[in-house]
Amino acid sequence: MIKIEKLHKSYPIGKDSLHVLKGLDLHIKEGEFVSIMGSSGSGKSTLLNIVGLLDGHDEGNYFLNGQKIENLDEKKAAILRNKFLGFIFQSFNLITYKTAVENVSLPLYYQGMGRKERQKIALQYLEKVGLKDRADHLPSELSGGEKQRVAVARALATKPKVILADEPTGALDSITSASVMELLKEINRDGMTVFVITHEEDIAEQTDRIVRLKDGVIISDELTAKKVNA
Amino acid sequence: MFDLDRWQEIFQTLRKNKLRTALSGFTIAFAILLFTLLFGVGNGLKHTFEKQFASDAVNSVYVYGGRTTKPYKGMQSGRNIQYRNDDAKFMNEKFEDEIQFFSPNIQRSMQVIYKGEQNRYTIRGVYPDYQPLESAVVQDGRFLTYLDIERRSKVVAIGRLVEKDLFGNLSGLGKNLNIEGISYKVVGVFNDPGGDNDERFIYAPFTTIQGMYKPNDELDYFGLTFNPKMDVDQALAFSNLLTKLLKEKHNVDPRDQGAIRVRNYAEGTRDVQSFMMVLNVIILFIGIGTLIAGIIGISNIMVYIVKERTKELGIRKALGATPKSIVGMIMLESIFVTALAGYSGLMLGVFALRALGDTLEKYFILNPSVETYVVVGATIVLIIAGTIAGYIPAKRAARIKPIVALNDE
Repeated sequence: MIKIEKLHKSYPIGKDSLHVLKGLDLHIKEGEFVSIMGSSGSGKSTLLNIVGLLDGHDEGNYFLNGQKIENLDEKKAAILRNKFLGFIFQSFNLITYKTAVENVSLPLYYQGMGRKERQKIALQYLEKVGLKDRADHLPSELSGGEKQRVAVARALATKPKVILADEPTGALDSITSASVMELLKEINRDGMTVFVITHEEDIAEQTDRIVRLKDGVIISDELTAKKVNA
Repeated sequence: MFDLDRWQEIFQTLRKNKLRTALSGFTIAFAILLFTLLFGVGNGLKHTFEKQFASDAVNSVYVYGGRTTKPYKGMQSGRNIQYRNDDAKFMNEKFEDEIQFFSPNIQRSMQVIYKGEQNRYTIRGVYPDYQPLESAVVQDGRFLTYLDIERRSKVVAIGRLVEKDLFGNLSGLGKNLNIEGISYKVVGVFNDPGGDNDERFIYAPFTTIQGMYKPNDELDYFGLTFNPKMDVDQALAFSNLLTKLLKEKHNVDPRDQGAIRVRNYAEGTRDVQSFMMVLNVIILFIGIGTLIAGIIGISNIMVYIVKERTKELGIRKALGATPKSIVGMIMLESIFVTALAGYSGLMLGVFALRALGDTLEKYFILNPSVETYVVVGATIVLIIAGTIAGYIPAKRAARIKPIVALNDE
């Protein structure tokens, strides 16, 4: 599903440039539940941005769903994001003046889907994350865990190939964190590829495979005990 | 292409961000309101001036006689110049093309009696051509005719205020007035935009008055209008030539300013025209300035709005919004708010001007209003302004990388 070969990325800082990713090789197959671990500055967010087509790479190859990603302009990137990727962010990134159901239906709007159909699908996904009765609430009227579940529903709405979650539990307490992780596991059990970025060990341990990143290189890539036992 | 979904998205954004929408709308509505009021009041000033100068035909020329102030060709100074009927003939022959309306005039103040009412009025013996010269408008009956001149009829056309003085609320038409012992029939009542004085005149056939009050064929002065096709310079050249020829005819020193006096309204008209032009330029300058200030205002607000919405736009992009759809959304919002707010400002201004009406007449503002083409033009300018105001920040918003936008707090 995601195949990365010798990926390099650096950012210019004044005259110098900061080499963030130093030749990564990573292969994530369909249906996997992978977490990227690393401290801040390890390059994990940069990796997610490149995988999520929010940023380009300098060198190496990136294949998404078998399609080689190169020379993307903003328009193509937007269409690919809409089609293949669902995002979950640490700070939820819901649009504050839109209700839960409107937030969920937004990516469908950009697919050009009609209003009634959008509404119907959005409600289905809100039901899936257990928030159907909150459909007409604004984000400010929802708790942190509920907001993140709306974001999950929004990520799922377009039936993407991969869910990209950037510190999905970073802003949540341990109880709500657990419920969000349960949701992600459930999605994964339904066959969705889930790609989580975290710096929390106990979150990473709930996934099937942990890739550890340090200073722009992969230092370990192993299946978790949970997966091995299963 | 009308995209209902896109409009619904825009309406929602505007509705859910009322303060923002109101602020940007207010700026443009206020600018247009000021623009309209300014234009309207400027037009009111113009109307006042137009009315002032509509009291007589703008192309009038009056030719008066007087006493010579210089001895000439063996004749002493202080000699009285008396116009006669042959002067009228002379002028009409010499200036057939230049003269439009022409009337000799005899003017006397006389006692006028109708039953118990009496008063002194200025009686003018004139030709029918005098009516357009004075810009008099007949409201009842008729003005004098050439038949009256020929027959030396004892008929008069009286001013509206003469009728009011002598007949009260009754019509004077067909009644007989006693003017210094002679009976005249009232054949017409006129009003005059020149005001009260001009509406207290009584006009009688020139031949009637001349025969009764003047020895031989003497007369007092001439009123005429020059051909309106002539421009100001041509008109002044015409009246200068007229003066010169009349001086020659009456043996007056060419440098003598007293004996032959020609008053040409074209001179005043020129001053008024240049004054009006300056007024127009000032109104236009301030009006355009106000409009530009409004446009800059809305541009600033749009820049701020896009900045404020950076994160939202980042989210939209992450969810699959193309740069084109971002630009389109922001621009449509901008145009919609600008056009709607501008139009309300315009309507508010138009209604305010209508409500003002003539209440400011004593400040020389008469019927303040804006022309339809100004209204339509300003609306078009607004829509263009909204497009430009929206385009630049929209383009910038579309260029922001989603990753940068998402990290914006």
